Amino acid sequence: MSNVNVLVLRAAGINCDEEVMHCWRIAGANPTLVHVNALAADPAMLDDAAIVTIPGGFSYGDDIAAGQILAQRLMHEVGDPLCDLVNRGGGILGICNGFQVLVKMGLLPGGDAGRDKVTVTYNDSAKFEARWVKLKVCTDRCAFLAPDTTLEMPVEHAEGKVVTAGDTVVRQLESEGLIAVRYIDDDGRTDTYPANPNGSDAGIAGLCDTTGRVFGLMPHPDRAFDHTHHPQWTARRLNSRHSPDAPPDGLTVFQNAVRYWQTLACR
Amino acid sequence: MTSPSGQQPKRKWHVCVRPKTAALDGHARDVLADTRQIDLENIQGVQSSRLYLISGTLDESHVRVMAEDLLTDPVVETFDLGEGLANRTESGAAIEVHTLPGVMDPIALSTLDAARRLLEEKGLTGATIDELHTARRYEIVGAKGADELERIASGVLANDCIETWYLTGPDRNDPIPDAFPKPPVHQFELRRVALRQLEDEQLARLSREGHLFLSVPEMKTIRDHFRDKDRDPTDLELETLAQTWSEHCVHKTLKSEIVYRGDDFGRPGTTEAHFGNLLKDTIAHVTQTLNRDWCLSVFVDNAGIISFDDDFGVAFKVETHNHPSAIEPYGGAATGIGGCIRDIMGCGLGAKPIASTDVFCLAPPDFDPKRLPKDVLHPRRVLKGVVSGVRDYGNRMGIPTVNGALFFDDRYLANPLVFCGCIGMIPRDRIDKEPRPGDAIIVAGGRTGRDGIHGATFSSAELTDTHADEFSHAVQIGHAIAEKKLLDALLLARDHHSGCLYSAVTDCGAGGLSSAVGEMGAEIGAVVDLENAPLKYSGLRYDEIWVSEAQERMVFAVPQENVETMLALFQAEEVEANVIGTFADDGVLRVRYQGKTVGQLDMKFLHDGLPKQTRQATWSAKPDSRKGASDGWPRSFGPGGLDAAEQTGDQRPSDLGDANGRLLAALRKPNTASKEWVIRQYDHEVQGRSVVKPLAGPKFGPSDAAVLRPRYDSPKGIAVACGLCPELSDIDPYWMAVAAVDEALRNVICVGANPDHTAILDNFCWPKVDTEESLGALVRTCRGATDAAIAFGLPFISGKDSLNNEFSMSTEEARRTGMPEQIAIPYTLLISAMGLVDDVQRCVTMDLKQPGNCLALASAPTVPAASQLLRQRKDPAQEMQRASLDDARALHHRVAELIRSGKVTAAHDISDGGLAVTISEMSIASNLGAAVTIDAKTYTHSIFEPIATSYVLEMTQDDARDANLPIIGTVKPEPQLRIDGVDSSSIDLPVSDLAAAWRSPLAKGGGRSS
Repeated sequence: MSNVNVLVLRAAGINCDEEVMHCWRIAGANPTLVHVNALAADPAMLDDAAIVTIPGGFSYGDDIAAGQILAQRLMHEVGDPLCDLVNRGGGILGICNGFQVLVKMGLLPGGDAGRDKVTVTYNDSAKFEARWVKLKVCTDRCAFLAPDTTLEMPVEHAEGKVVTAGDTVVRQLESEGLIAVRYIDDDGRTDTYPANPNGSDAGIAGLCDTTGRVFGLMPHPDRAFDHTHHPQWTARRLNSRHSPDAPPDGLTVFQNAVRYWQTLACR
Repeated sequence: MTSPSGQQPKRKWHVCVRPKTAALDGHARDVLADTRQIDLENIQGVQSSRLYLISGTLDESHVRVMAEDLLTDPVVETFDLGEGLANRTESGAAIEVHTLPGVMDPIALSTLDAARRLLEEKGLTGATIDELHTARRYEIVGAKGADELERIASGVLANDCIETWYLTGPDRNDPIPDAFPKPPVHQFELRRVALRQLEDEQLARLSREGHLFLSVPEMKTIRDHFRDKDRDPTDLELETLAQTWSEHCVHKTLKSEIVYRGDDFGRPGTTEAHFGNLLKDTIAHVTQTLNRDWCLSVFVDNAGIISFDDDFGVAFKVETHNHPSAIEPYGGAATGIGGCIRDIMGCGLGAKPIASTDVFCLAPPDFDPKRLPKDVLHPRRVLKGVVSGVRDYGNRMGIPTVNGALFFDDRYLANPLVFCGCIGMIPRDRIDKEPRPGDAIIVAGGRTGRDGIHGATFSSAELTDTHADEFSHAVQIGHAIAEKKLLDALLLARDHHSGCLYSAVTDCGAGGLSSAVGEMGAEIGAVVDLENAPLKYSGLRYDEIWVSEAQERMVFAVPQENVETMLALFQAEEVEANVIGTFADDGVLRVRYQGKTVGQLDMKFLHDGLPKQTRQATWSAKPDSRKGASDGWPRSFGPGGLDAAEQTGDQRPSDLGDANGRLLAALRKPNTASKEWVIRQYDHEVQGRSVVKPLAGPKFGPSDAAVLRPRYDSPKGIAVACGLCPELSDIDPYWMAVAAVDEALRNVICVGANPDHTAILDNFCWPKVDTEESLGALVRTCRGATDAAIAFGLPFISGKDSLNNEFSMSTEEARRTGMPEQIAIPYTLLISAMGLVDDVQRCVTMDLKQPGNCLALASAPTVPAASQLLRQRKDPAQEMQRASLDDARALHHRVAELIRSGKVTAAHDISDGGLAVTISEMSIASNLGAAVTIDAKTYTHSIFEPIATSYVLEMTQDDARDANLPIIGTVKPEPQLRIDGVDSSSIDLPVSDLAAAWRSPLAKGGGRSS
C-alpha cells in the first residue's frame, strides 16, 4: 500500500466524496473519508495525512454564498492545524465547492492576496451549467499539475466565476505563478464563451498558493478518471490518435500528487 | 443603553447586501429579461439585493461584524445596515419579497447557525440572536406605476402561495412590517365529525368541502363503520381514511372491476372484455407471465428492483407531481424529485440513488399570454420553474439527472405533467424488510410544519381557476441538503458494522405520518404520540401533524436494542431523529396527543374497507376522433411534430412547401427541437458514473438513452430511457401504449442494452375518469402496454397513476380565452425503461462517426403510422400494413445483437419527425454529412412521420452487407445532408442550417429574444 495518506472531508451537502475517494485509490494513495465534525473533534487526525481533499457539492446548501459556511466552520474549528499541515509539507486539494471553500477561507491564492482580492461568484449566465472544458496548465509550481499540458474535464457549477479586485491582482497572481489552470478555446483564447464557461477573469479555472501544495479548481478531475467519461469516447476509440493506454486527464491530477508526495517521503 | 433590569435591550436590525456593479448582478439581468416575457417593454433596469432581518441583544457593531465577515463578499458585494426591520435607505420603485409565516426558509436557518458561531468566535459573548429571516429586494427602474410593479412581483418574482411582497413606488407605499410574523396558535381541542346522521347529499358535501375527495359509496362505508362502532369519527380518523383511500395511495380506478365493450385491441372488429382488477389483469399480469428470475421485487415496495449482479439489485421508481407543479412549478418539481428520491431511499432497507430522470408535458412556451385563463401560469414560467426545481434539488443531492423528455400540447396548459424518476443500487441482502411488534417508530429528517397538507387528496381534485387560493396549503417546500444529510445517515445505519440498525423504513410522502405509519403497521398496528414529532414552529393542530407532508422525513422501525445507537448515529450526521411511538401486535392504529386518544382505527378497515367498484368502459373509433380543433386550438404538434392537415393527408405534400422547408420546419417543432437549454442546467455527471451522456457527439445531438456504470470496479452498466407518444392517443390509446413501450425499448437498445434484461415502468396521467369513454381509453392503454410488453419480454416492475388532470373555468373566461370551459389533458402514458448493459465498452452513441460508412435501415413497424390509422378511419376497408409484435421483437433483438457484437458505430431510432429528422440529428451531433437515397420499395412511409420499431444504424459497408440490412445512404466528410427520392423534390441542406433550425426554438427556455 502507498504511504501517501489522504483525508477526504465530507460535510452536509458535500456530494462528490465517493468518486474522489475512488480517484485517490486508483492513483495509488491511501484515502480515508472523514466527516468535518469528526475532524473537529479530533484534529490530530491531520498529523498522519499528507493531503486533505475537500470534494465538490453544496456544503450547507451554499447558503449565503458558495462554500461560505463550510469555510467559516473549517477556519473556526481546524484552521490552525490545516495551516500547520501545509507548513510541514502537506497539501490541500479543493475541487469545485472545495475550491470555493479554500478561496473563502483565504487559503487560495494565499499570501497577502487575502479574502478581499479574489473571490468566486455567480456565473455570467446566472445559472448552473454543465459542460466539458479544456484547461491549460499555467504554472510550474503546482504539485498536482504537469507544466505546459492541457487537460479536458467537466465543469458543473452555478458559482464558478473567479473575480479579482482589478488587473493588478491578476498580474500579481500571474507573476507569482499562482494561476494554476485557465480555460482555453481551440484558438488558445481564455475569454470566449462557452470555452470559458462562467466569465472568470483572465480565464482562471484554478489557483494554487505559493508553495504549490494548496490547489483548487472549479472543473472536476474526479469526473474524468476513466476513458468512458470523455464525451467523445465512442468516437475516439475508432481513432488511432487517442491511445487507450494514456491515463485519463482527470486521473493525472491525483497521480501527479501521489508521485510528488511519494518522492518527498523517500527523500 | 441598559434596561431597568440591567439586561441589554432587544433590538431589531436589517442588513442589505447587493452586488457592487450591474455587471455582477446576473440575477437582476435574468429578472429584467423575464419582464420582457410578460410584455413589459419599458423596464430599464433591475438591481437585486438580499436582506437579512435580525433580532436579538445586538448593537450596531455586532451586526456590522456579521455583515462584513459573514454576509458580504468584499470583492463583489457591498452592504448597508440599519436599525429596525422596515427602514430602507433606497427611495425609488422597489419590490420586496418575504416568505409567508410558517413557510420554511432554509437559508435563514443556516445563516442563523453561522452568525451565532461567528459571534462566539469573535468573543462577543454578550450578543445573542433571537431570530433571523431573509428576504429579497429589487429596485426597479422604468416602471410606470404600481400596477406594473404588481405584475412583476406576481408574474416574475414571487409566488403568492408561499411568499408575500411589498411595493414601493410613486403611487404606492406598502408598509413593511417591523415585527416578525407569527404563525397562528391553536389550543388543543378534540374535534369529532357528526357523520352518523348524514345522508348521501350531506356526505357528498362534506367530502368536497372537507377536501376528502371520497365518493358517496365510500363515505357511506365509513359512516356505516362508525354507526357499528356507535360513535362519530374524529377529524383525524376521517382524514386518515381519506388519505389512505385516496386515488393517489390506492389507485382504486386502475384496480376496479371493469366491463369493457368496444373496438377490439389491435385488431378490426369489436369485443367484450371483463377485468376483475384492471391493473392485476394487465400490467401485473405481464410480470407474472414473463416470470423473470432477475425481477427481485415488483409492485410491493416503494420501487421495483431487478438484479444487477450477484451483490446488487437496482431499483427504479417514477412519480408524478402534477397538481403541486401547476400551482408552484419550482417547489412542485423540486419536491417531486425529492419525493421520488425518498422512494428509492425507502425501498427495501434503503437503496443508494445514482441517477434521476425527468419528463415534462407542457403547453408550448410561445402560448399567447392574452389567452391565459385566470390563475394559470404561463407555460414558459412553468417550464422555467420545473427545470429550476429539478436542477436545484437534484444537483444539490449529488444525483445526476441523466434522461428525460419534453412534450408540448396546448391541453397541458393548466395541467402540466411533471414526471420524476430515480434509480438506486441496493445490496441484495437489504431488500427484505418487515417491522416487528415492539419496534420503536422513529421519524428522522426535517421537522413537521404546516406545509403540504392534503397533498394526497389534493391530487384527486380537479383544478379550477380558484385552486391556487384553495390549495395553497398543499404546496410543499423542498430542502435538498436536509435530504442529503438524511441519505448519508440512512446509508450508515443500513451498513452499520453490527448489521442494519432498523427492521423497516419508508418515506413520508403523500399523507405524511398518516400514510407512512399506517402502511408500515398495516399487519400489526401501531401507537403514536404526536407531541413527540419535532415541529418547525408551535401551534400545529394534532391532525395537521399527522397528515402534514413536510418534506425530507422518513419513518424507521427500530428494534428497541438499537434505538440508542441509531439516535447517536443520526445526531453525529446532524440529522434530527425522534421516537414517536411503537409498533403494536393488536392490529389497531392508535394516535394520541398529549396523552389523549385522537384516533383509533382498525388496520383491517383502514386497508381493506374500501368498497370495490364495478364500472363500464367503452371505446369506438370515430371517423375523426381528434378532439375538436377550432380556432387553431389545441395545437398538438404530433405525430412527429406535423400539423393536423399534414397528418391526415388532407393536404398534398406539395402544399407544404419543398422538402428542404418541410425538414427545417420539422426540426423547429418544439417536440423535436434541441433540449440542450434544459440538459446543461442539470449535473449529469456527478458520482463519476457517466458512460453515455444526454448530449452525444462533438456538437451535442440528442442521446437515445443514458448509460451509467453503477460500480467503478465492474464493466456492467445500466441504460435508462423513456417512451412517450400522447400524440397517438386521440386516434387510439391502444396504439399509443404499444408505441410508447416500443420507443422506450428502442432507446435503450440504441445505446447497447440487453433486451433480455430490460424492465419497464408505467405512469398513467389521465383526465377525470368519469365517463365510459375515458375509462375505455384507460383499458385500451393497459391492453396495448400489456400486449407489447409480453411480446417484447419486458416485465413491468413499478408504476403509478395520476388521474383528474382536468381544468375548468367560468363561461366568461372560456369566452375570453377562446377555449372550452373544461380542458382535459391528452391520455398520457409514460413508459420508462431500464436495461442492463453487459459491458459498457460496447456502448454506442447516435452521432455519425466515420465518413465512408453506410447507413442501414432496420425496420419492422409494428404500430401503424398515424396517417395510416386516420386514413383507415375514413375508409375502414383499407388494410393496415404492420409487422406483427413477434416480428418486431425479432428485429429489436437483431439490432441489439449487432450493437453487442461491435458492428454498429452509431444507432438512432426513427421517432419524432421521422427518418429525415433521425438522420439530421445524427449529422448535427457529429457535423458530418450524409447522402441518402430513399427507395419506395424499402421505405413505404413518409420520411417525416415517426415509425415504430425502426432504427438507422451506421456500419461499415461490409458489416451492413453481412447483416443483410437495406443500405439507404453513406456518411460524408463534408457537412451537407442530401436525401433523394422524396416525392418530387430532394433535401439538400448544409448541416449548419439543420443545426440552427433545431437549436433555436428552445434555446432560452422557449422565450422570445429580448
